[in-house]
Amino acid sequence: MIRVLKPGLLTTVQDLGRPGYQQYGVAVGGALDAFAARVANLVVGNDENAALIEIAQTGPELQFERETLVAWNGGDFEPTIGGEPLPRDRAVRVAAGEKLVFGVARAGLRAWLAVAGGIDVPLVMGSRSTYRRAGIGGHEGRPLAAGDVLPCYGPGERSAAVLASLKVRGQRGTVWTVRPETLGQPAPAGVVRAMCGPEWDWFAAEAQKAFFASAWEATREADRMGVRLHGPELLLAPPREMISAAVNTGLVQVPPSGQPIVLLPSRQSVGGYPRIAAVAAVDIGRFTQLRPGEKVTFSRIPLVVALDLQLKRERDLTRVRLGLARLAG
Amino acid sequence: MQITPLGDSALMLVFGDWINESIHRQVQTAWRALAAEPLPGVSEVAPAYTTVTVFYDVRRVVEAGAPENEIVNWLSARVRERLKDPPKSAKVKPRHVEIPVCYGGEYGPDLGRVAAQAKLFPDEVVKRHSRASYRVHLIGFAPGFPYLGGLPKELVTPRHAKPRMSVPVGSVAIGGEQTGIYPQSTPGGWNLIGRTPLRLFRPEQNPPVLLQAGDEVTFKPITPAEFAQWQEVRA
Repeated sequence: MIRVLKPGLLTTVQDLGRPGYQQYGVAVGGALDAFAARVANLVVGNDENAALIEIAQTGPELQFERETLVAWNGGDFEPTIGGEPLPRDRAVRVAAGEKLVFGVARAGLRAWLAVAGGIDVPLVMGSRSTYRRAGIGGHEGRPLAAGDVLPCYGPGERSAAVLASLKVRGQRGTVWTVRPETLGQPAPAGVVRAMCGPEWDWFAAEAQKAFFASAWEATREADRMGVRLHGPELLLAPPREMISAAVNTGLVQVPPSGQPIVLLPSRQSVGGYPRIAAVAAVDIGRFTQLRPGEKVTFSRIPLVVALDLQLKRERDLTRVRLGLARLAG
Repeated sequence: MQITPLGDSALMLVFGDWINESIHRQVQTAWRALAAEPLPGVSEVAPAYTTVTVFYDVRRVVEAGAPENEIVNWLSARVRERLKDPPKSAKVKPRHVEIPVCYGGEYGPDLGRVAAQAKLFPDEVVKRHSRASYRVHLIGFAPGFPYLGGLPKELVTPRHAKPRMSVPVGSVAIGGEQTGIYPQSTPGGWNLIGRTPLRLFRPEQNPPVLLQAGDEVTFKPITPAEFAQWQEVRA
């Protein structure tokens, strides 16, 4: 069990989301950076889809009521465990009664904390993800509050083996690490790869040029649904209206303001704004960490390359999965 | 029908670029054909006004046999084959759903505004709104929110310049040429003309929604006393 001493700004229980219900207006949602969440779960020996904790901007203070294993990745909140720094990207032992404290994000904006066994909240429509808009999933369909108690499943066989070996050696955390940002072929810092969107041709030539040539600034208007960027005004030529159509995570919509919005997993299921581009799935996680004022540029890649990047990253993750299974066994 | 990529994890099937009954039927047929028995690697299929979106997991598409450099073409070909030869389970008769609505008063604070715009008495607005038959084009914006086509032209009313901070659950509303029902309490700029005691979003059921794309909808006026009775039955 985990007791929430302080909730942080927006701490929620998430898994890999609720696919299959977009036809009913329900967002897929789930951990905003699904890949980071999958890795954190693998590191503690969980199923990739186990429910974990997503942290945003200001982290929570949590108390663990029994001994377990945790792992975190994502932005740096300078977390501590019993007062000592909590190393990232590795399985770390937490003793019964110990306090885990996440501070204010120093780099990035969000982090994911996996707990061996996963968090035991009820499945709603096939997922444990918190979905605020409908008030379902996670812990009572809402962000965590002080005093909440989260039941957890017991550590699985692999987690228990890692925990036992750490105890024998008197170590806090494993020597090995798995850094999600090193898997696949990451884009350089400040760059995200993107393809042209379905309405690319609707945009004026200057807008097309500006989209890939400019440094876009992240604004404060950012939530689990999307991130609004600031930069040159992207105009249509000639102006026209679109009939609402389905959207996808990573699509870059341009409302009449001319300032693009990058859609994240809790986006609406349909949108009515022209879609100038689509961020490659492997780089969508970048938008979950952008701090207001930080800049990104879009680098244009063809669809086949974007698909290939996904496959490469999955192959790398498979290697990690096999390696971890050997370590724990 | 055209197939266009929607990023690197979805394909968009485009059936036209305006809203009409024939395109609506094509969208319905394609959606049912693809959703009834999912193609390998396809995680979900969602209809909109003139498009159907097929979401896929590239890893699973490759596992299903797609050559790595031909993933989109391979999947598009499977989609086209399926649409030519839809499974029998895809044939679903459109359902008719009657929605009880308590019009006006505290439940429909904008009924007067719609009436003034239409130059009609409020009870005539109620008559026309509830006599028409509507089609659910898609469910979107929020869980269970139906976009309904078929609003009588004289009832078309512009949205409020300043949206309400919170629209009560079950509100039946007119926004421009559209009419819809709010399944959750959200901010909204549409004109509220009544409220239904029915729940549109029911996460404990499958499907979790009262209305689905393709359904035919009519509204039945009820009195405040009947509204209260409905709510008692629900509780």
